[in-house]
Amino acid sequence: MAVLLGEDGARGWRLLTAEQRRWRWFAWLALVAVTVLSWRVMTQDTIWAFVSDAPRQAQDIFGRMLPPRWSYMDRLWQPLWDTINIATLGTLIAIVIATPLAFLAARNTTPSALFVRPVVLFIIVASRSINALIWGLLLVAVLGPGVLAGIIAIALRSIGFIGKLLYEAIEEIDETQVEAIRATGAHPAQVMSYGIWPQILPAFATIAVFRWDINIRESTVLGLVGAGGLGLALESSLNTLAWPQVSLILLIILGTVVLSEWLTARVRKAII
Amino acid sequence: MLRIDNLKKRYKTGDMALRGVSFTVQPGELVGLIGPSGAGKSTLIRCVNRLVEPTAGSIRLGDVVLTDLGGRELRKARRHIGMIFQEFALVERLTVMENVLSGRLGYVGFFASWLRRFPEADIQRAFSLLDRVGLTDHVDKRADALSGGQRQRVGIARALAQDPELLLIDEPTASLDPKTSRQVMRLITKLCAERGLAGIVNIHDVALAQMFLPRIIGLRAGEVVYDGPAAGLSSDVLTRIYGEEDWSKPAGDAEDEDDLPAATPQAATGLVADPLAVR
Repeated sequence: MAVLLGEDGARGWRLLTAEQRRWRWFAWLALVAVTVLSWRVMTQDTIWAFVSDAPRQAQDIFGRMLPPRWSYMDRLWQPLWDTINIATLGTLIAIVIATPLAFLAARNTTPSALFVRPVVLFIIVASRSINALIWGLLLVAVLGPGVLAGIIAIALRSIGFIGKLLYEAIEEIDETQVEAIRATGAHPAQVMSYGIWPQILPAFATIAVFRWDINIRESTVLGLVGAGGLGLALESSLNTLAWPQVSLILLIILGTVVLSEWLTARVRKAII
Repeated sequence: MLRIDNLKKRYKTGDMALRGVSFTVQPGELVGLIGPSGAGKSTLIRCVNRLVEPTAGSIRLGDVVLTDLGGRELRKARRHIGMIFQEFALVERLTVMENVLSGRLGYVGFFASWLRRFPEADIQRAFSLLDRVGLTDHVDKRADALSGGQRQRVGIARALAQDPELLLIDEPTASLDPKTSRQVMRLITKLCAERGLAGIVNIHDVALAQMFLPRIIGLRAGEVVYDGPAAGLSSDVLTRIYGEEDWSKPAGDAEDEDDLPAATPQAATGLVADPLAVR
């Protein structure tokens, strides 16, 4: 496309043709215009007097938060345990449901690309499009407040995440290994367990622990809508303006996330 | 023993990969299949174990018409046909032993194979095959820890673990260096002779084919253009298979580069006209 012929017949080369360059220029212009516009929309309701006050306000709240009220810890162990349970059980349920879905959704393993695949892809997209917090809100209304609603909320949100990443991993496998197993006269279930499963195992492990890591974080806020765990304690502390308790809870959340980060890194290293 | 009759394959894209191929292979006979890229060699041997569905024609192995089989019967028939691949096609993350044992999958139930509980006889057979191909010390290594030549020998052991009657061998040496290539070809021909196995070997390297395989079939644009002894591969015959080239000169000496496009025949797409008209 971009080979240029000069008048003397000499050949030149540029990556883009003149027309493509014009289009790029317009695209950049549009991006700048949208940015300027968005900034105006964003700031038109801002009361600048409050913003100018912000550093002082922040300092004030921070001052009230310190020192954390360590004695409150006695009443946090149970919610912390709940939070970890919500994340872990929710992830496990999601894995059990998402793995078969992924095989049904992957182009190279689906039994029917015309019928089954679109249905499964829809389930995956639907699950992904709704945040765990909103699932929690719905489920608390249906199941009543408590840990169960949290577990199911986490599971529903994770099915889409795990299903999507896993089916993409299945679509990327090396088909000749599958062919080789099929050529031995193996049953389709054996082809799956020998030809496909070992190839996606590292991806599977990474996805699962990664999602668990995300779920630890998500389950800490699920309590805000009444679905159990640390969030519940956080909400009641916020409502009573008990800032030293809030800071303690935030510290606990930070500690939990750091710990899960460390743990996932270890697991990933061990499996790959 | 293996009888291929008027085999045709048309891919969904419309490419005619095979245009009526017929030949027979006798018990214990090892046949070399040569031809340019895209001539249909891979398609042909994949039609035999039905990894590729033929469009027309029939393939018989002994009394069984392979082209008529479905589901369970097909899996049963595949147990007797071993296959060796160009890129080895080992399951990289499984151990050497698991790879060899996977040759027995057709004989073992799902849960037994999932739990890796293979019959004792299968395990002993795998050990003796690994001894035979010289991998005694690598049994518990993962397949991706081996060198190319070692991996191909695992591939050979896996195919033989099936206790096959027929071997389909797809470019066994294309990913190997010249010396390892010869060792692997020597091993394959020796093992086939020991067990009286018949086999079809797709091979790029004409010199290697002549060295190890007594009978050669030349395929061009999906048609058999030569079927005879390896000694009969004269320049004329090679031109008929691969197209115009001065076969007496070493490879570096190509004088006329004008015919570069013509030197890579787009056989599968049918761009090359009647191969006999090239001269």
